[in-house]
Amino acid sequence: MLMNLFTSFMGWIDKRLPVTDAWNKHLAQYPAPKNFNFWYFFGSLAMLVLVNQILTGIWLTMNYEPSGDGAFASIEYIMRDVDFGWLLRYMHSTGASAFFIVVYLHMMRGLMYGSYQKPRELLWIFGMLIFLVLMAEAFMGYLLPWGNMSYWGAQVIISLFGAIPIIGDDLTLWIRGDYVISGATLNRFFALHVIALPLVLVILVFLHILALHEVGSNNPDGSDIKKPKGSIKPEELSKFTFHKQYSEKYDIVDAVPFHPYYTVKDIMGVVGFLILFCWVMFFAPEGGGYFMEAPNFEPANGLKTPEHIAPVWYFGPFYTILRIVPDKLLGAIAMFGAIVMLFLLPWFDRGIVKSVRYRSKWHLINLIQFSICFVVLGALGTLPATPVANMIGIVASFGYFGFFIALWFYSKNEKCKPVPERITD
Amino acid sequence: MKRLLIALFTVIPALAFASSGGVHLDAANNDLTDKESLKRGFDSYVNYCLGCHELQYQRYSRTFEDLGIDIEEGTAKYLLNGQKPGEHIKNAMPAEEAAKWFGSAPPDLTLIARLKPGPDYIYTYLRSFYVDEARPFGVNNTVFKDVGMPHVLQTLQGIRTLDDDGHLTPATGGTMTAEEYDAFARDLANFFEYVGEPNKLERESLGYWVIGFLCILFILSYLLKKEYWRDVH
Repeated sequence: MLMNLFTSFMGWIDKRLPVTDAWNKHLAQYPAPKNFNFWYFFGSLAMLVLVNQILTGIWLTMNYEPSGDGAFASIEYIMRDVDFGWLLRYMHSTGASAFFIVVYLHMMRGLMYGSYQKPRELLWIFGMLIFLVLMAEAFMGYLLPWGNMSYWGAQVIISLFGAIPIIGDDLTLWIRGDYVISGATLNRFFALHVIALPLVLVILVFLHILALHEVGSNNPDGSDIKKPKGSIKPEELSKFTFHKQYSEKYDIVDAVPFHPYYTVKDIMGVVGFLILFCWVMFFAPEGGGYFMEAPNFEPANGLKTPEHIAPVWYFGPFYTILRIVPDKLLGAIAMFGAIVMLFLLPWFDRGIVKSVRYRSKWHLINLIQFSICFVVLGALGTLPATPVANMIGIVASFGYFGFFIALWFYSKNEKCKPVPERITD
Repeated sequence: MKRLLIALFTVIPALAFASSGGVHLDAANNDLTDKESLKRGFDSYVNYCLGCHELQYQRYSRTFEDLGIDIEEGTAKYLLNGQKPGEHIKNAMPAEEAAKWFGSAPPDLTLIARLKPGPDYIYTYLRSFYVDEARPFGVNNTVFKDVGMPHVLQTLQGIRTLDDDGHLTPATGGTMTAEEYDAFARDLANFFEYVGEPNKLERESLGYWVIGFLCILFILSYLLKKEYWRDVH
């Protein structure tokens, strides 16, 4: 009886909006390669953290006061007087760092298995846009507690725009809405942080997933699960039913429907992630001074500079690239250049083979040196700039940019191993 | 490759952490669950610190409740000017005047244990004043160089000086023995750790339950995944 009611209700809906069809197309009959490994958890984890940030953010907003006089005190009000306010706040602050951890690992997965290569260039671009907006979102959110590190960190980053010739000073004035960072800056950052950027972020995530489902998921082997129609013997076809959008055009092999196979697997990933997340959140919410920096426990003070102004750890790699260049404008160009390089990655890589498993030893070495340089740059970004640190930073920056340049050269005529026709498992 | 990555991700942050230098701090060995120590710390705070240093984000009532002080007794003992227990812990010193008197206004201490490196810092700081005639109040501090405040607790601790090697000499002339004064400083450090994050104990005890629950859920989710994936392999 109840089931019949549900069926007829869904029938009514489906005649007006293709909900069941969308469910099938994107979940229950979406062909996902069956060999996703550990690295494939981070996409769904990024979504989880996004939802966490939005939900906890809504509740924090209810008690937060975006003003120069009230912001710092309202955070302590949330920490002390709001029921479970401390939990909401720590979920949000730990979530910010967790977001970057999972996104960096998600990007690393893309690098390792060539998930940016044709035909997934646009998918990669959407991902990079998400990364860019996420950095802006995190930067603006970091000002909101109105602690002294918030204040001076924002000061350093906003002053970067002052390096642009001619319009620089007016531009920084326009961004701040004042001659110094003040309540006016705080208010606009609040507006952007809670409305504008999250909206853009959610839209971009939506497009990222649509673009993914249009071209299909890559996998650790990089071999295609969509074969030309009629090229596969019927008994070798995947035994599952896939949505006709995929199965009409292709013969699909070595795939499983995303739901329930990857939903149950991702639940396991989510719980595993939450164990680590909660461990930090409940027992070390300051993340050793990296997730919440000590100088941020005193209110913003334009007359008192923290001993060592360090950006939050997740900006470390880009901050180091900025800092090692003596000229401010060139430094800013180098920093933005580092992100532009990532955007252009699909065109730096001229190879056909996707996965590092079947590419040359050079590519493996290049990937390893790139990850080492990225981590070194990140670590240096949180440390004071000493001559030795700068020397290491220069070397690591060469490694960072060199990754892309070298890739462009060797990928044209790279000696790769044969990619198996079918997924090896 | 996997091993290399793991090595990488463990070694580099370790290097980053190792670089933070600074003065040696004595371990306070304080205990947040020791309510008697917290009560003594709060009492000392009110008697010796509150005149200059506020706890403007913390309410009396919350403090009474967390420390196990009866609200009526606490009100009678600590709220002498007709304040309500729900009020924040503030003093009557005008910040602008204070800045004139001391060079800069005495900072609020609600978050001092989180701003500075924890209760160990406070414990060591309170015990490290020494005579330095070059300073306006005649004292300096080995942990906080050229500190702007007088040694308020000098009558309790007595006087210390620096010897020729730059080490602190034992205190002389105080009303407390060295052990008594250490215990006094420990109670204060304990109280400041508490007031920096009043829900710390609640946070940790909830954490055990949540992580315990997640561990059980992880086993179940693993079994569920295994059951489903049996048809694939």
